[in-house]
Amino acid sequence: MASAITTLAADAPTLSAANTGFMLICSALVMLMTPGLAFFYGGMVRVKSSLNMLMMSFISLGIVTILWVLYGFSLAFGTDSGSLIGWNSDYVGLSGIGITELWDGYTIPVYVFAVFQLMFAVITPALISGALADRVKFGAWVLFTALWVTVVYFPVAHWVWGAGGWLFELGVIDFAGGTAVHINAGAAALGVILVIGKRVGFKKDPMRPHSLPLVMLGAGLLWFGWFGFNAGSWLGNDDGVGAVMFVNTQVATAAAMLAWLGYEKLRHGSFTTLGAASGAVAGLVAITPSGGAVSPLGAIAVGAIAGLLCAMAVGLKYKFGYDDSLDVIGVHLVGGVVGSLLVGLFATGGVQSDVAGLFYGGGLEQLGKQAIGVFAVLAYSLVASALLAFLLDKTIGMRVSEDDEVAGIDQVEHAETAYDFSGAGGGAASRSTAAPAPSAASKKVDA
Amino acid sequence: MKLITAIVKPHKLDEIKEALQAFGVQGLTVTEASGYGRQRGHTEVYRGAEYQVDLVPKIRIEVLVDDSDAEELIRVIVSAAATGKIGDGKVWSVPVDSVVRVRTGERGADAL
Repeated sequence: MASAITTLAADAPTLSAANTGFMLICSALVMLMTPGLAFFYGGMVRVKSSLNMLMMSFISLGIVTILWVLYGFSLAFGTDSGSLIGWNSDYVGLSGIGITELWDGYTIPVYVFAVFQLMFAVITPALISGALADRVKFGAWVLFTALWVTVVYFPVAHWVWGAGGWLFELGVIDFAGGTAVHINAGAAALGVILVIGKRVGFKKDPMRPHSLPLVMLGAGLLWFGWFGFNAGSWLGNDDGVGAVMFVNTQVATAAAMLAWLGYEKLRHGSFTTLGAASGAVAGLVAITPSGGAVSPLGAIAVGAIAGLLCAMAVGLKYKFGYDDSLDVIGVHLVGGVVGSLLVGLFATGGVQSDVAGLFYGGGLEQLGKQAIGVFAVLAYSLVASALLAFLLDKTIGMRVSEDDEVAGIDQVEHAETAYDFSGAGGGAASRSTAAPAPSAASKKVDA
Repeated sequence: MKLITAIVKPHKLDEIKEALQAFGVQGLTVTEASGYGRQRGHTEVYRGAEYQVDLVPKIRIEVLVDDSDAEELIRVIVSAAATGKIGDGKVWSVPVDSVVRVRTGERGADAL
């Protein structure tokens, strides 16, 4: 008896300062992805709606953070109920958690796990916003975000990652969020745009990106932050798996960027900046579910396949006529599906778990499980998101008026414009240092 | 008197300005312009979506000169603006009936 107790005590994890520090840094890296995404999206829209695009991502940091602390963490990671949802009253308001209390089976505090997972909850609804560029009332978007994380993200995160969640128990591998984050957001984007419709002038007016340097800045920040997203998802790095994840993240992203660029050089004649940024993001998305299960060579294959398929997929919106403004479906849904399914082919059975994919002698079993995970999350998110959008559209209205959309959503919804072009008349010939003319804008003074 | 108008590539502005100053021109007017000639702009591709960009940015330079200087000045502008590539622009002159310097009321050649 005594020896059994001694063994138990020795096996119980103790707080690791290294892992705790590592995970806090990873959490901060994942946080940076949301402003990175804001720039990635913000540069891709026209000048007149660039602030709105930035805000649709940025607001998620506000609203989802608060909801996560109030009840989101409890719903996603509380004690399982019926394999569908969690609950733990100690997690409500993060009020019943001791500062040294460890996350179940790991060497990091619950607080650290909660804040790391919070960053995933923040970026997921922000991803959806890229499909809705230029046309959604900001208030409706805020409400949608709050409802969507409650009804879709928190439950799906529980299914995929929560102990007792049905996809988790089934053995679906989603290392860092290919299913819970990317397929979830991509399917939601499709659901919402089917309800709200196209931008005014879609396929007729030119809708060129207004700043590709901003897009590149955003893609770079996403890539950087993604190391926290993926390498942190092992919740510590005592055994080196986090490092494998880091390597695979870099490798797959590089391969996807090259594949996308190669495709568009052959297909359209140029290596474009937008193609490089988009290919990189497609690779990041695809390696997210599989990065802990594949080898670096497998990661090259995953990235290259995803880069190619996503580059081909972004053209589908013109063919089918749905207006996924910034290709959330083409990049995140397709990339997430490709990455999740490829786990079933490329899992080596030696890194994250002993599950091997088809190419490593594992048969079709894991591929089947991955397909169930992909389909379940895709279907639930698509239907639930479309219903939420429909509900909001019928009550408060989802879209700004056509006149406002043409004038520019920045002015209408935010009372701001991104850039001051009032001095453009001087142009190349002069550089004025004069103080701004008071007549440029009449300022209302609050007494 | 003649009004000489040149539509040229924006990056040629400084060279043309210097050539005009060397020639002795006292003043000029510059405006940003856009348009196309026989080359009809260019094509841009964003994620496979092709955009035909017809109007390309140009600079419009206007100078008022004496009749006797007009031909030589056109030559100076053309030589400063030329790159030999498509889209270099055009220069033309039109007769001007009268010119008045606003500050002094001087007219004609005195106002140049």
